[in-house]
Amino acid sequence: MNLAKIFISALLIDNIVLMRFLALCPFIGMSIDVSKSVGMGLAVTFVTVIATVVTWPLYTFVLLPLNLTFLKILVFILVIASLVQLVEFYLKKNVPGLYASMGIYLPLITTNCAILAVTFDNISKGFNLIESVVYAVGVALGFMLSLVLLAGVRDRLKTAPIPKFLQGTPILFASTSLLAVAFMGFSGLIK
Amino acid sequence: MNRMWKIFVKGLVAENPLLMLMIGLCSSVAVTSSVSNGIGMGLAMTFVIVFAEFVISLFRKLIPSDARIPIFIIVIAAFTTMVDLSMQAYFPALSKSMGVFIPLIVVNCIIMGRVEAFASKEKPLDAVVDALGMGLGYTWVLIGIATLRELLGNGSLMGARIMPESFQPILFFTLPPGGFMVFALFISLNLWLKRKMAANAVVAKEAA
Repeated sequence: MNLAKIFISALLIDNIVLMRFLALCPFIGMSIDVSKSVGMGLAVTFVTVIATVVTWPLYTFVLLPLNLTFLKILVFILVIASLVQLVEFYLKKNVPGLYASMGIYLPLITTNCAILAVTFDNISKGFNLIESVVYAVGVALGFMLSLVLLAGVRDRLKTAPIPKFLQGTPILFASTSLLAVAFMGFSGLIK
Repeated sequence: MNRMWKIFVKGLVAENPLLMLMIGLCSSVAVTSSVSNGIGMGLAMTFVIVFAEFVISLFRKLIPSDARIPIFIIVIAAFTTMVDLSMQAYFPALSKSMGVFIPLIVVNCIIMGRVEAFASKEKPLDAVVDALGMGLGYTWVLIGIATLRELLGNGSLMGARIMPESFQPILFFTLPPGGFMVFALFISLNLWLKRKMAANAVVAKEAA
């Protein structure tokens, strides 16, 4: 029950993009069409979960006992950067098909702030390992959901008559604003 | 001197990191529901980018290009940690209201982008000037967005009530959707400013 609560609130109520404004760069940059959005979403899910599985024990069993918590930022970002590299090497060698479809998104993920934010959240919210993983999956799928939604909107925008002062990027943010209004409707979902 | 001024001023409008280059967006929408958060975030970010660009520019000839990304990240993370810890110590309330966004300066693409594109090639003094321009370009946008959002959404500035009693705060502006909407309008404003400046430059050229 508790796990379901964590999942739903990470996915919808505190949607990482629309409610917490994280990962906006890939959100705007990658939501060009639905298939790209799904590709980016899957890559992010993958790395977020692995990053959680690595950073949580690292913090709890290494940094905390040694009183080195002030190194958190440095350690976490290095873990994520090297994980992305490792995943890239592994996929390239062993699963070339998946690598080809995901390849271009992987290097971009290091600077995706959603992943770093999830690893910090896991610590500050006091989750245990299983809760952390559920939270990570929820956040990452929430990211994918918002990307797919915006990709759908962008498809329509191509033919829509847009006021001159909103043409280009401004209309994307205006659409995002309306998406966020819709997502605010989820706020009463869990008491 | 003129050259320095050019480096400095391009961060403010023409190459404004938030509005033109579209990088480092996350923090700009997230922390701008109040002006004091906007100022705090702007200054924290300016501090990190100035020192990161300075240090990396000093060592630019010693950093091997294959290992440059991890080295950049370590330098940036070190200064971010300093800011994070100092803010927790001296401004606990501010630090609490900005939450995870201070540590997230480390993955702010503005810093990484400027370090990679500018500081790793140019002299330390130029790098500091560039960093100041980018940092202030970031800060003015944050303060601008925050002013509008706090004034309309809460009727106050820096926590002090400004609007008359009869003003009904428009809650929309302090909530996430309002952030996106105001941001869209600021991009639009900046595009207009840039077009205007370009047109003026053409007129000045023709007159001369």
